[in-house]
Formats: sequence, structure tokens, C-alpha cells
Amino acid sequence: MTDTDTQTQIKQTIEGSDVVLYMKGSQLMPQCGFSNQVVNILRILGVQFTDVDVLSDPNVRQGIKEFSEWPTIPQLYVKGEFVGGCDIITEMTLSGEIDQLFEKHGITFDKAGADKIRAENPRS
Amino acid sequence: MTDLPRGPVAAELVRRLESELEPTRLELRNDSDQHAGHAGHDGSGESHFAVTIASGAFEGLNRVQRQRLVFRAVGDLMDRKVHALQIRAILPGED
Repeated sequence: MTDTDTQTQIKQTIEGSDVVLYMKGSQLMPQCGFSNQVVNILRILGVQFTDVDVLSDPNVRQGIKEFSEWPTIPQLYVKGEFVGGCDIITEMTLSGEIDQLFEKHGITFDKAGADKIRAENPRS
Repeated sequence: MTDLPRGPVAAELVRRLESELEPTRLELRNDSDQHAGHAGHDGSGESHFAVTIASGAFEGLNRVQRQRLVFRAVGDLMDRKVHALQIRAILPGED
């Protein structure tokens, strides 16, 4: 287990911004294909988000997994709540659920961008 | 049931998923070769997998809860061996 300071720090981070992505690398330079995919989705949706690079701090890397009881990175948080990793964010984008989530929380996003992703990736 | 990848890690993944979740459908794909040279690629050839699993255990659960069940079934393999596991967790008959 990581110390309580790390858990407190994580809680403050995810409550400090509407949208927070724990990822490998930065949003300008993702270091993992799964992190890169979520960054791309958020970028096309025009959503402003805070990125936390888990590679820069082993305590955060371990601590975030304990915080969410989720063993993999990336992890997306909206309004302090864990939404999911790469598979879930991708599915929610293709199904339109991500639009509903952002609308529900009053988070600005580009609906046309979301529609474009769906048009280019028809579900089988 | 389609062909499952060979290898000790794949076999253990399948064993754990079958015993914990009693899937009606289980497909496992080994994507490790696509990640050669990547930080999580440990040279074992069994670091990156994708699974499609259908189980009645997912009834009434949202996506996060379903994936948590899968991660729980996989247990410490996630920390020790498997760097990435893409998951599609569905109900029997769902597609």
C-alpha cells in the first residue's frame, strides 16, 4: 500500500479539475498506445483536461491503482469520479455515452468531433 | 470456442477466467508482438492480451464493475506477468 499522503494527493488532484487523465507520458507526448488513444479522443472532443504522468512518480503510479481498484493505466476521472480506462472510454465514445456524461456534468466538448469519430468508426 | 493462444501465461489467464467467471464465450488474443520494443514488453511474448468474455456474472453490472470482476479473476497475473489486458466483457448472447 502507498502512504496516505499519496492517496490524499490523488484525491486533491482529481477533485481539482473537472477532467483528469492519469496516463503514461504527457498529453503532448504520450508514452503508451493506450494513453495515446484516450488523449486523441479527448483532443478530438476538444475537452480540456489535466494530465498526470504516472511514469514521473512511482508512488502515484501505484497509488492510483489502489485508489480506483483498477490495475491499469490510463484512467479517466470526471468530476472526481473514475470513468474507466482505454477500452471503456473508447466504447463510450462510439456509443455516445461519453457525450451524455459530459453534458450531465456541464463539461464543454465538441459534439461534431464526437460525431466525426463515430462516423469514421462504424460499429459492427 | 475459437483457438486460444499457447503459452503458460495465456493458459493461466484462461484457467482463472474459466474458473472464476464460467464464461459462455471466451476469446483471448495475444497482442504482445505489436508492442515489441515498448516499455511493457518484457521479451516473454506474453505481455499484452485482449479478451472477449461473455458471462452471466456480468448481469446488472456497468462497464467498470464488469472489468473489475475480470481483473479480480486475473488477480496477481496483472502485476507480475501481464502488462496490458484489453477487455470486452459482455452478457451471454450480447454482441
